[in-house]
Amino acid sequence: MRDANVHPPLDSPDYKSTRLRHPKQPLVYLPHTMAEKTGPQLGDLRPGPLDHDLTGQHAGEPLGERITVSGRLLDDGGRPIRDSLVEIWQANAAGRYRHRWDTWPAPLDPNFSGAGRCVTDAEGRYEFVTIKPGPYPWGNHPNAWRPAHIHFSLLGGAFAQRLVTQMYFPGDPLFPFDPIFNAVRDPKVRERMIARFSIETSQENWALAYEFDIVLRGPEETPMEEEH
Amino acid sequence: MRISGQVLDGAGAPVPDALVETWDPAARAFARCPTDDDGAWAVITPRAPFLAVNVLARGLLHRLVTRIYFSLDDPDAVLAAVPQDRRQTLLAQPAEDGYRFDIRLQGRDETVFFDV
Repeated sequence: MRDANVHPPLDSPDYKSTRLRHPKQPLVYLPHTMAEKTGPQLGDLRPGPLDHDLTGQHAGEPLGERITVSGRLLDDGGRPIRDSLVEIWQANAAGRYRHRWDTWPAPLDPNFSGAGRCVTDAEGRYEFVTIKPGPYPWGNHPNAWRPAHIHFSLLGGAFAQRLVTQMYFPGDPLFPFDPIFNAVRDPKVRERMIARFSIETSQENWALAYEFDIVLRGPEETPMEEEH
Repeated sequence: MRISGQVLDGAGAPVPDALVETWDPAARAFARCPTDDDGAWAVITPRAPFLAVNVLARGLLHRLVTRIYFSLDDPDAVLAAVPQDRRQTLLAQPAEDGYRFDIRLQGRDETVFFDV
């Protein structure tokens, strides 16, 4: 697979849910055509001005550590990806998702839904205001807990750039035990999924800051055959 | 036209937590639909020779890429690169309300997925 040195193998049996879902047949190599190199423009999907603030979606503020999460969306040539949709979702400070399948005994927060969206600016920058999610248990193996994380969904500028990934927090004691985090084979690449704590952009009396750059594969340079 | 189907796993069971996205570059038409408890999804999209498809789900560590074709005749460069005995998995079938296209992640009649 072209991404093989970065992305985890689809067949990662320690992450139980992959066992019946990963393709067993070889992937067919696809040289990029217009379908892969183009993608939807924001239209109806364009977020409103407050969609980036997960702490302001209800009558009161959610409990937990208020944080900003920001960074740049780039292609692997280092070029900013502008005007591109970034969506996140996460558990609350207690590690509980507002989703019907999450029923473990941690409290829901009536002031937190856990989903946000924004658009990258001219420098490819995005920013969210949220609260730091808690870790949570899941059924993968006995006493399995996911490290605290925020899910990111990116459309990029081209349909083939689509990426869903997870951002983690520095110093989490659960990293050695998490099969999803460890499905990424290269330890240096794993490090890139961990946000950088930033005291310099933390805001006095208001919020600590985390920085997380996201790199999507660039457009292929080799000219492709046109489809007929 | 309406295209609908199920996302199914290696045991033939529905995948109720998948997201199917389609893209038609000619009409610049994007559609996205999460699967329901039966693994079922549906989109409405203009007529096209093919649709590019992204599939995301729990248990998929990276999005899967496939295509929906409406005919296997006169294959384009991408379809021609697919082994002939697997091309059938990329063909939408006419159905009462449009077309049917199932996505089989693994096992019997496994859908062709692409390395992009």
